[in-house]
Amino acid sequence: MSALILEDLRKTYRGGFEALKGIDLRVEAGDFFALLGPNGAGKSTVIGVISSLVNKSAGRVEVFGHDLDADPEGVKCCLGLVPQEFNFNQFEPVEEIVANQAGYYGVPRKEALRRTETALKQLDLWDKRRGMARQLSGGMKRRLMIARALANRPRLLILDEPTAGVDIEIRRSMWQFLREINRQGTTIILTTHYLEEAERLCRNLAVIDHGRIVEQGAIEDLLFRLNTETFVLNLGRRLEGELPSLAPFTATRLDAATLEVVVQQGQGLNRLFALLSSHGIEVASLRNKQNRLEQLFIDMVEAGRKGAGP
Amino acid sequence: MSERWVRYWIAFRTILVKEVLRFTRIWVQTVLPPVVTTSLYFVIFGKLIGQRIGPMEGHAYIDFIVPGLVLMAVITNSYANVVSSFYSSKFQRHVEELLVSPTPNWVILAGFVGGGVARGTTVGLAVILVSLLFVDLQVNSWLWTFVLFVLTSVLFALGGFINAVYARTFDDISVVPTFVLTPLTYLGGVFYSIEMLPGFWQNLSLINPVLYMVNAFRYGLLGVSDIRIEVALGIVLLFIVVLTGVSLRLLRLGVGIKS
Repeated sequence: MSALILEDLRKTYRGGFEALKGIDLRVEAGDFFALLGPNGAGKSTVIGVISSLVNKSAGRVEVFGHDLDADPEGVKCCLGLVPQEFNFNQFEPVEEIVANQAGYYGVPRKEALRRTETALKQLDLWDKRRGMARQLSGGMKRRLMIARALANRPRLLILDEPTAGVDIEIRRSMWQFLREINRQGTTIILTTHYLEEAERLCRNLAVIDHGRIVEQGAIEDLLFRLNTETFVLNLGRRLEGELPSLAPFTATRLDAATLEVVVQQGQGLNRLFALLSSHGIEVASLRNKQNRLEQLFIDMVEAGRKGAGP
Repeated sequence: MSERWVRYWIAFRTILVKEVLRFTRIWVQTVLPPVVTTSLYFVIFGKLIGQRIGPMEGHAYIDFIVPGLVLMAVITNSYANVVSSFYSSKFQRHVEELLVSPTPNWVILAGFVGGGVARGTTVGLAVILVSLLFVDLQVNSWLWTFVLFVLTSVLFALGGFINAVYARTFDDISVVPTFVLTPLTYLGGVFYSIEMLPGFWQNLSLINPVLYMVNAFRYGLLGVSDIRIEVALGIVLLFIVVLTGVSLRLLRLGVGIKS
């Protein structure tokens, strides 16, 4: 069963800005899905339409078999949303925010408080439950919004840049948490600008740019199609004199002990190392210049823009 | 009761309790000021000046102004509660908590109006209690008094809601209370009988809806009114129906809250 189906989704804002120009997307139940795209590409508009915060101009939205036009309450009951910007009452106690959200879904108060306790403990906010939301740090506020989104036990959890501005330690614990609830059966859709995050967490992705999907598929398959990779080599010894030709590879010297080499798909690293050895160049270590998904992302967005014309 | 209605009921109660907690948490800003102001009205207009004014429609002046002052407190507080609460939920964007949830618009509206009515009636009752220090309050008809008390509160809570939907800045939520609501209540026969006015002004007063409510409420307490109370009740109900329709339409279109 599909968790989410979007068909020819369009949105034109008042004033004429066309944010979505026909989005088709399918996310299967149980998936961990990344929705990527540059700033202003339309990601938040897509999420806004799915979660009833933005009225669509045309197209169809279906969540776990419920059609948004015919059965909006059915759609809403399946959804949990963690928006990009803080949207809770800053002057309300943390516990109230989560328990009230459960109440809006018809969860009786006792059960709502039980769920609130579970969620706040899981997200390490239990100590702060009586404090006002505005007293929380940035990372805690993000986690509060995750706890709130779980109040109705959603089958589909949508997170719009949940780790923006969160330190690496908290980010990692959030990853672990999300992986865990995904393993337990919650479908997750995530937008992020940290491509490492998408590569680590997600199985499938779609790239959206200028209101259109420019690429979608399994991350594994897409990475396999990555044409070129750039490696940074740290040399064991300083390289004196001219850099010998490493053809067919393109190499540039960054400094006396660092090289940057572009490797085309199919060329293989063995051949590169053989060449380096024959010139007596010793490699101490190597790393990808960019995260692989990052490189792919840039390629896809660029290709999409060329294809779409000026 | 079907599962759906249980869900609606819980959602309504959640909003209502949240709204009541909001104004009781800040009772020094919400409940106390109107009590202080009306006490001053009782002392100055009722006791000090009132003794020199003489009876109005057969009642001592201080007795005459009690119903108007109570209703004025109900009107301003019902309105103020919803306008500030709903506007701040737009401003801080936590109205989105409700919009993503399966709570239907009419339940959202009922919850906010319920909060306004809770504050309006709380303050109204507080003013009645204060008035007991100054007058020997009699009730002509409990039914009329109660019905008018609650319906007026509902009406102005709805008004506050519509104001909040259109408001874009904090200025916008004080413009209507200051320039529309206050003049209407002061000129709505709170402090005088319109029989005292010259013909033209008397007729002009009749287009002021607050006049009908004040008079009907005064009838409930004192048994005197400048106008027919059935007409007053009809007007209040008509306004409630119209404003409810407008509010639900605004919510459905998402005016001010959805793009």
